[in-house]
Amino acid sequence: MRHLSWDRIISIVVILPSVLAIGVFVYGFIAWSGWVSLSNWDGLRPDLSWAGFGNYARLFATPRFQIDIRNTIVFTISFLAACIVLGLGLAILLDQGVRGENVFRSLFLFPMAISFIVTGVTWRWLLAPGDPATGRLTGVNVLLNGLNLPLSQWYTDPTVLYIRPTGEFGQFLVRIGLGFLATPNFGIPVAMFSIVIAATWQMSGYVMAMYLAGLRGIPEELREAARVDGADEWQVYRHIVLPLLRPITLSVVIILGHISLKIFDLVAAMSKKGPGFATDVPAYFMFETTFQGDHYAQGASIAIFLLLSVSLLVIPYLIYSTRREAEL
Amino acid sequence: MTARPDLRFRRIGRIGIYAALIAASAFYLLPIYVLVVTGLKPYAEANLARMWHLPSSASLESFLRAFEQLQPYFRNSVYLTIPATILSALLGSVNGYILSKWRFRGSEVLFPLLLFGMFIPYQSILIPLVQVLQRVNMLAEALGVPSSLRSLVPGYGSIAGLAFVHIVYGIPITTLIFRNYYATIPNELVEAAKIDGANIFTIYRLVVLPLSMPAFAVVMIWQFTSIWNEFLFAVILTQNPAIRPVTVALYNLAGSYIVEWNVQMAGALLAAMPTLLVYIFLGRFFMRGLLAGALKG
Repeated sequence: MRHLSWDRIISIVVILPSVLAIGVFVYGFIAWSGWVSLSNWDGLRPDLSWAGFGNYARLFATPRFQIDIRNTIVFTISFLAACIVLGLGLAILLDQGVRGENVFRSLFLFPMAISFIVTGVTWRWLLAPGDPATGRLTGVNVLLNGLNLPLSQWYTDPTVLYIRPTGEFGQFLVRIGLGFLATPNFGIPVAMFSIVIAATWQMSGYVMAMYLAGLRGIPEELREAARVDGADEWQVYRHIVLPLLRPITLSVVIILGHISLKIFDLVAAMSKKGPGFATDVPAYFMFETTFQGDHYAQGASIAIFLLLSVSLLVIPYLIYSTRREAEL
Repeated sequence: MTARPDLRFRRIGRIGIYAALIAASAFYLLPIYVLVVTGLKPYAEANLARMWHLPSSASLESFLRAFEQLQPYFRNSVYLTIPATILSALLGSVNGYILSKWRFRGSEVLFPLLLFGMFIPYQSILIPLVQVLQRVNMLAEALGVPSSLRSLVPGYGSIAGLAFVHIVYGIPITTLIFRNYYATIPNELVEAAKIDGANIFTIYRLVVLPLSMPAFAVVMIWQFTSIWNEFLFAVILTQNPAIRPVTVALYNLAGSYIVEWNVQMAGALLAAMPTLLVYIFLGRFFMRGLLAGALKG
């Protein structure tokens, strides 16, 4: 017994450095950033005098930040949708007992091994819109032109699609007091889809791998039983397979969702803030504000906003996973 | 049994499946095609409008130019990635061992608190991090650390400092993977060793560690890939150009108007090469790491 309790003490001593490191470098630093966000620190010299919530009020009143929130929402929804459709589709195709499954799977997954910076630099050239002066096309536009498809300005496109307040629906919205919905802040920046393409190229294979693992976990007897009951292949998927994949979809939404909320590298390498902030995101705004503009308190308020948005997604998931594990 | 689907219909379905898979493969390979083709083109042929054309003759000029520009930063990335990967795997192994085989009161609360650290946007800790690492440098100066040893001080603007940061923020994921892996080692094995009089260290060394190699492979590949590819910490913590890792160097290369686009593309492929090779040769372990990142055991 004495021997065991000695081991017990050692076990605590061994794990203590890691616990302290996370305590300080995660929780301590978050608190410190929170404090900076409530301070007057603006400039190179630290000034931690109390400013209250003024930095947050100013942040939410900043047009660039409002645009960033719009961009993040558009990016997150389209990126998740693209990855889930492509990932699930490819997983189902690979689950049909195809020859060369390993080769296909490796091809779909290899972009995960690459840095977002490499992806960004490469897709920046692939989606370069061409030279407007000479009208010479480049990259993907050359292919589209060859196929007689419409060309795009990609990430340099300043267009924002939004409900015109002068249109019929816009007038209706104005009349019922929802006129704010008919503004560019509630629109869709076209340039953002270029980032979605690059991000989907990189991450959809991961989604495919997760769904494929899920599909392999469904016992064949379950599907066979449904077939015996007269279900066709489509019904088997619709009523047996897809419902069983729901927990995987939840994991995908959490993992990709938190990545997309804090996306930085890809935007920095590909398009930076874009025309009229069309591809700007909070993480890039934070980077410029803090480390290029030296507006530390303002930068910290963006960082805390990012943390809170990610936490809303991740904390319930962590609690749920921990509980489920405790039940097992 | 239900009636078999019409065979001809089935064959059309098969062709459709392969056509879709091949089309998807083309999408994933498109950038690699352009990277390779562009890199191999002689300078005179590197024309943006002819991006998709095959080179008339292969030339390694772009790769050589890119390598020339990136070579010192490759070295930095190696110095950063290898020690950080090894240390963070060892730390994760020990943590995972304690959290799965030596659970204590509160360890089930501690674990999700650790895990939260791998989801946070690092922007929320960057400002204090820079300040603390700058203090570390000041402390080293005050303590009179000789300049020959300065590069080993884990402070701001040093490879050691960047490696230290990667080790600290790697604790959650490495602990998670090892803990889940060790959960598959039967507790009876550990209990039996305890009865035989083995202590916490001998059990780790003689029972757990010999079984750990697959988990080490997964964790080391995961950390190697993440640290090699990482950009945010690297760009913030390396103001000094001499110590920049390759991702930051590639970012600067691509942001420069003087560097031709074909050199940028060749540079991108070179920067991706180490992790791609790891993926090609050790893909099995890479995949397991990916799935472990989704919290599934």
